[in-house]
Amino acid sequence: MIKRLLCCLFLLAMALPASAAFDVGQLMTDLAKNKGGKAKFTEKKYISLLDKPVVSSGEMSYTAPDRLEKRTLVPKVETLLLDKDMLSIEREKQKLSINLANQPEALAFVDSIRGTLSGNRAALEKNYALHLSGSSDKWVLTLLPSDQKIATLVLRITVSGSKGLVRSIEYLQADGDRSVLNMEPIETK
Amino acid sequence: MSAAARAFLIWLLAMLAGAAVVWNSHFSADMSFFLPARPSAAQQVLVDQLKEGAVTRLLMVAIEGGDAAQRATVSRQLHGRLEKLPEFVSVQNGQSGSLDADRDFLFRHRYLLSPAVKPERFTVDGLRESIANSVDLLASPAGMMIKPLLPRDPTGEMMELLSGLNAGAQPNVREGVWASRDGERAMLLIQSAALGSDTDAQEQAIATIHSQFADSTREAGVSNARIVISGPGVFAVKSRETIKSEVSKLSAISTLAIIAVLFFVYRSGRLLTLGLLPVVSGTLAGIVAVSLAYGTVFGITVGFGSALIGEAVDYSIYYFVQSGRRGAAEWRARFWPTVRLGVLTSVCGFAALLFSGFPGLAQLGLYSLSGVLVAALVTRFILPALAGNDHPVRDLSHLAPPLKQGIQVMQKLRWPIILLTVAAATILVINRDQLWHPNLSALSTVSADDAATDMALRADIGAPDSRYMAVITAADRESALQAAERAGQQLDALVAQGIIGGYDSPARFQPSQAMQAGRRASLPAGDELAARLQVAQVDSPLAANKLVPFLDEVAKAKGQGNITRESLNGTSLALAVDSLLMQRAEGWSVLLPLRPPAGDKGVDINIEPVRAALAGSDALLIDMKFEFDRLYNDYLDEATLLSLAGFVTIVALLGAALRSPRRLGAVLLPLLLAVILVIAGVHLAGEQLHLMHLIGMLLIVAVGSNYALFFDRAANDDRLDPPTLASMAIANLTTAIGFGTLALSSVPVLHAIGVTVGPGAVLALMLAACFSERERE
Repeated sequence: MIKRLLCCLFLLAMALPASAAFDVGQLMTDLAKNKGGKAKFTEKKYISLLDKPVVSSGEMSYTAPDRLEKRTLVPKVETLLLDKDMLSIEREKQKLSINLANQPEALAFVDSIRGTLSGNRAALEKNYALHLSGSSDKWVLTLLPSDQKIATLVLRITVSGSKGLVRSIEYLQADGDRSVLNMEPIETK
Repeated sequence: MSAAARAFLIWLLAMLAGAAVVWNSHFSADMSFFLPARPSAAQQVLVDQLKEGAVTRLLMVAIEGGDAAQRATVSRQLHGRLEKLPEFVSVQNGQSGSLDADRDFLFRHRYLLSPAVKPERFTVDGLRESIANSVDLLASPAGMMIKPLLPRDPTGEMMELLSGLNAGAQPNVREGVWASRDGERAMLLIQSAALGSDTDAQEQAIATIHSQFADSTREAGVSNARIVISGPGVFAVKSRETIKSEVSKLSAISTLAIIAVLFFVYRSGRLLTLGLLPVVSGTLAGIVAVSLAYGTVFGITVGFGSALIGEAVDYSIYYFVQSGRRGAAEWRARFWPTVRLGVLTSVCGFAALLFSGFPGLAQLGLYSLSGVLVAALVTRFILPALAGNDHPVRDLSHLAPPLKQGIQVMQKLRWPIILLTVAAATILVINRDQLWHPNLSALSTVSADDAATDMALRADIGAPDSRYMAVITAADRESALQAAERAGQQLDALVAQGIIGGYDSPARFQPSQAMQAGRRASLPAGDELAARLQVAQVDSPLAANKLVPFLDEVAKAKGQGNITRESLNGTSLALAVDSLLMQRAEGWSVLLPLRPPAGDKGVDINIEPVRAALAGSDALLIDMKFEFDRLYNDYLDEATLLSLAGFVTIVALLGAALRSPRRLGAVLLPLLLAVILVIAGVHLAGEQLHLMHLIGMLLIVAVGSNYALFFDRAANDDRLDPPTLASMAIANLTTAIGFGTLALSSVPVLHAIGVTVGPGAVLALMLAACFSERERE
């Protein structure tokens, strides 16, 4: 009798997390469902050298799985386009193109945001240890670099959001400076 | 002393003197064969670039085989080894740290180098604005790079400097070193210390790279890696090898074949040796004449010797075969005038080339002219004395009946041949637009495979390919740099309009003394700058008290001496300045290569606005491709003119000698038909005609006339006796062998002459027979 009860409890214990708990796999599935969209963003960079954070804002658009455009309007117009592994930055008539395949550190950095947006767990786990907290409606994913080279640039990346939407990304740099990127989706019909 | 001994002694002394000249001659197989002897100002730039431009020192290296990590290891090994050697001024493989010296130099001297350094930049407003810009830049991803520099360089001079540099396509990187676009090859870019025109040193440098590569793979433990090297130096070395091997190969083939023919004819070692005397004298005289006239003998010129042998041997054949039973005196009286006229028409043909501005062509002309002339003179004056009257040539009369039959067959084919020629001419007229190869590359010795390898490496590494450049000449270094700065201002405007993508200038890394002094004077004194900075930064998030390093750096820059050429030592910028600022005999010359606007590959510069912007300045705009094409077209126009002049001279000479329009027509008709048939044949064989085919056409007339003249003589004087007929056939055969051997050459200059004159000489004889008067029974 007791044996059967224990057995039931064990089965119950097994079944409960499977239905209710929220894990990285679930988050990735939700994120992967998001095929793209537009958002307004505000980015604040807290730099020790400066008395005030540097604030920039503009629009971002994302098309799954690997095209991301960030148009900064304030303080200076600047367009950053990530298309597959080509990163191009255009600012005041100057255009710079970087093939990320050539820059493993930069690629790891870019993969943190691209992997999150597209729900690509494999890409994220290649360079980071993932820690998830919260629920599907309000989750926080922490990325800790596993590669020493990346760790000399960034100590921690904290991504938060709800369901398949990323709301904010915070980068904590190795020198103590940090930047916070907040995104507000624009409804498009 | 007998006449024979005296003649031999004179000949021997002349030969020894000639051998001494040849022994001391300088032989060369470089590009100068093709470079204009009398260049225009724009062509001079082209010549300088081809001879000593930085691009000619460029060697592109690809490492294949193994995996990416192995290739990268070998690349680093090779880089480390070559960098230490004095033969190489720059070795780049993209590994990190390799540009640190350059970056340090730029940062250390930024206040003397940055074009933004002006008095306004350091006023309160100027400081406020430039520092605010830098703070704004922190918002950008690019800000990551400038953040550590901000306290020392808040006005962003380093960014100003870097933005002017080539931000164009960078090579791919795999495992931390440059790689090809597909990632399957590791790439290195090497600049040799030796000039591209120094073929010996280039050969040495290439051998060094090969041996150091072998050591690198051994040390890295990589067994399956291969190396591919390309670049102008490789082309020069390979061309020289090709020419060297061909000169000996072609001469050997033609000499052996001709000796075989002579042996068949003479069956006598003595006659064979005597018969070769004029040939040896002629070829030696040719080299002596060229060496004395030009100082340098081109390998291709010597390669032409094969053809000269074939023609020079004719004279001794005529002499021995024709003088047979009659003796020297009668030969002189009866045959020498005809032979002499033939020699003179050949000389006229070759002499036309002497006036060419294409040095290679002029040398070929002088070489052949002196060779033919000396061979004929030796035959006329030395040979009879040496041979004596006793030189029985075996009876060749058995050759006569088949030859006569041949002539009769040819005579029946007159109309078919005329129809064939009309058809050939029609084909040439219809296809006249596709006949000619459009540019100088037609004459290049570089093989198609090598050219393709070069293209592939160039594309993989993004090596510079400067088509347009502005060129300035000035009296001294300082005024050259000042002129470069003035032209730079005009070019900056074009960059701002997006007409050009950018440009390189020596003044970017070594500004003129005046400019440096001006920039230094723009920097305020320490206290003054501190006071202005306080005011400027009142409302800025970047407080003035955090910018103490900036004040220190400006004070240091103000006390620093000027940048000189020596300051650049140890950086790759030294090479950049040296290749763009060169001392010439008549002063200094500056090159400002222009880059096309960024964007899709293959976008060219819209050159008219550039031309307009630079008009009236002291800069001359040069389009290298256009100059190349024009150079070739100049050569072609000139060759056309010279060929026509040569042809007219030959006609005039023949006219004067024959004194009869009918006889002149009879001699010329077969020659012209031969030219048309040969050219149509070459075209139908799929070859594109170039300059040397044109020269070949002239030589068909000049050389072929020798044979037509014998028929003319036969028609007017007496019948073609068997020995004369045999001598003509044999002489024609040796000439065809001599020129025909050149057709085997892979050197286009020689091949084109061979493929036209070889068949042309045979056709000239056959057609002369065809239109000769029918013998009356």
